[in-house]
Amino acid sequence: MTPEELDEIAESERAAQSQFTEHVNVCVAAGCLSCQSQSVKDALDQEVSRRGTKGHCQVKGVGCMGLCAEGPLVSTSVVSTGLASTGAGVLYQRVQASDGEAILDGLSGEPVSRLICPTDIPFFQRQKKIVLENSGVVDPERIEDYIAAEGYAALIKALTEMTPREVIDQVTKSGLRGRGGAGYPTGLKWSTVSKSVGTKKYVICNADEGDPGAFMDRSVLESDPHRVLEGMLIAAYAVGASEGYIYARAEYPLAVKRLRIAIRQAERIGLLGTDICGTRFSFRVDVRLGAGAFVCGEETALIASVEGKRGTPRPRPPYPAMEGLFGEPTLINNVETFANIAPIIRKGGEWYAQIGTEKSKGTKVFALAGRVQNTGLVEVPMGISLREMVFEIGGGIPEGRKFKAVQTGGPSGGCLPSDCLDMPVDYESLAKAGSIMGSGGMIVMDESSCMVDVAKYFMDFCMTESCGKCIPCRVGTYQMHRILTAIGNMSATQQDIKMLEELCDLLKHTSLCGLGQSAPNPVVSTLRSFAEEYRAHVEEHRCPAGVCSGQLAGETV
Amino acid sequence: MKPSSNVKTLNIDGRDLSGRQEETILDVARQNGIFIPRLCEMDGLTDVGACRLCLVEIKGQNKLLPACVTTVEEGMEVTTDSPRLQNYRRMILELLFTERNHVCAVCVSNGHCEMQMLAQRLGITHVHFPYRYPKEEVDASHDRFVIDHNRCILCTRCVRVCDEIEGAHTWDIMGRGIDAKVITDLNQPWGSSDSCTSCGKCVHVCPTGALFEKGRSVAEMLKRRQFLPYLTLMRKENE
Repeated sequence: MTPEELDEIAESERAAQSQFTEHVNVCVAAGCLSCQSQSVKDALDQEVSRRGTKGHCQVKGVGCMGLCAEGPLVSTSVVSTGLASTGAGVLYQRVQASDGEAILDGLSGEPVSRLICPTDIPFFQRQKKIVLENSGVVDPERIEDYIAAEGYAALIKALTEMTPREVIDQVTKSGLRGRGGAGYPTGLKWSTVSKSVGTKKYVICNADEGDPGAFMDRSVLESDPHRVLEGMLIAAYAVGASEGYIYARAEYPLAVKRLRIAIRQAERIGLLGTDICGTRFSFRVDVRLGAGAFVCGEETALIASVEGKRGTPRPRPPYPAMEGLFGEPTLINNVETFANIAPIIRKGGEWYAQIGTEKSKGTKVFALAGRVQNTGLVEVPMGISLREMVFEIGGGIPEGRKFKAVQTGGPSGGCLPSDCLDMPVDYESLAKAGSIMGSGGMIVMDESSCMVDVAKYFMDFCMTESCGKCIPCRVGTYQMHRILTAIGNMSATQQDIKMLEELCDLLKHTSLCGLGQSAPNPVVSTLRSFAEEYRAHVEEHRCPAGVCSGQLAGETV
Repeated sequence: MKPSSNVKTLNIDGRDLSGRQEETILDVARQNGIFIPRLCEMDGLTDVGACRLCLVEIKGQNKLLPACVTTVEEGMEVTTDSPRLQNYRRMILELLFTERNHVCAVCVSNGHCEMQMLAQRLGITHVHFPYRYPKEEVDASHDRFVIDHNRCILCTRCVRVCDEIEGAHTWDIMGRGIDAKVITDLNQPWGSSDSCTSCGKCVHVCPTGALFEKGRSVAEMLKRRQFLPYLTLMRKENE
């Protein structure tokens, strides 16, 4: 594969696509697939063949369009001969297989008004797409489509025009920080690995997304797997690695399938393998499946799991950058981090650094879930306020209820109350407010949620997912869960609250890995911001939100 | 660089000490008679840093670090004992006592148990967390040995000694979190294990009465661990 050959593929693909004047894109990512988008696509395909318009009407399966709550989503656009598309395309929501005919009719006439999804709402307008630029646009199972959308151009640029040092410099300049949650500067990590000495180096993509309610990485992998591969390839070139692994959850079969297709396609045209692009850079990638343990998202546990061992963390240092997979220097980044790399190399680190806040650059993909009108996947610039996220992009709380809290960072994060609404969403602000950025799950809660119950839910999660290696996490999460259950049953005392606080402190400071250290966060943050609710449970034996059953309420008074 | 530059000087509890760069804080402390509590660490086995009892304070470090896996550094200032550390250690031990059924009065290791001794040393007079009282099994299918899961603290010394020293890898861990337990082979009864060589190393490294020899009554199970440093030393010399 040479740069010229890549251009050729892009050109011929664009030429092939320009034959089509009508484009119908059907979302085939997990969200829409689960509400039968495949049958919608099949119906559209059949209808197109029946009408004999196959020559100029293209029905394409594409990745996530974001507004998963209204799926299946279908977008259409019409190109008048030789010119750009006539006006904006139309987005249809909640499309059924039986709507195929109407949608195709709508291409030449009036759009189907009953299905139209308004795209002038903040949900779409406030987004800035970098990671998701191709989601909903390219066919995730065709490398040609990705190449036509400037795919692999960044890799070619890095390989042919830049030294590894220059690649790392651009990533450092971009200010990109790890999107897995902790926010470690990506450029620094890359340069550490590049300077580490080993007989061999590895690049690992952490696709073990396990936070409840989070599906950013899943969506990226299902919608645009080549972007992640390209990011890994550039990283491997920069740090001098020759082998890579994508550690994906077995619970994401579609993402795994599309990744495998992507790897095969890239190998076939010589973008993966030996002597890529006529250079001496060689890289191969393999997919490893997780067996369902949340803790395997922790990097040292992940490495153990890839090595075929039991997935338990080990103390750091040594960090994987020095001693990682099979004892060799290893670069581990999250899916979304890798997905940011290609645009950074294409457009330069300075371009990326213009977006976001002073210390948190670029955009972040959030999985907006819970009690908001518009649930789904959004990519916004760092520094946007929580209020904008919930009330503008999210469209506010349904059924006229009152906002209570937003939970970020999953089981390692915290609940932010309404007085945090005007806080900017970036790594530092979230940490200061007692939560974390996390991988990007954002769960909105209204007054019908009981914060004790929320804390209990996350503690239950941590207890079940604790690997059992260190004592504070193994037994501490059990004891904390027991106390939270007692509070929910209205059988707890003030003594229990004190014990809960003690355990929070113990776990935070003595647990071996991030799972245990951050497991108290949901409890600490709710104890701080919603102490009144805890008090009501303990002293008055009532649940203000009416969630906790409190079977013992009458007896203990 | 001269080999001598591999020696680091550090300060532990106000004493100026020295250690080779590959030695851990715990190694140096042990050589100098400074006691740091630990239950999973054992000289001669790889360190896992799992029990969290050997956490120490290091000046200039926000985090508490496990002495068993933290190597010495030049100018390091270590505090191995402080009210805060004592408090954490007591809580961790208390959690261990609540986890399974540790009843010293009927235990073969009563009086020789590392956990019991540590509790006494740390001045634990009672446990303020409620006990779990789980139903755990006792596997007495082996000819000579017994595993009583009620007394197991999941330190994994048996797993490591079997894998690293005996080379049999009969022991391993099954399950996750509070449900984790040590197993022989693929969770077969110990007596039917094909891989077990009946060497008994696991029994003697076990810090509690979880692993013991058949026929021992209360307080009769003395553990002999001298073989471990001896074996590791001999093997090193043969390398």
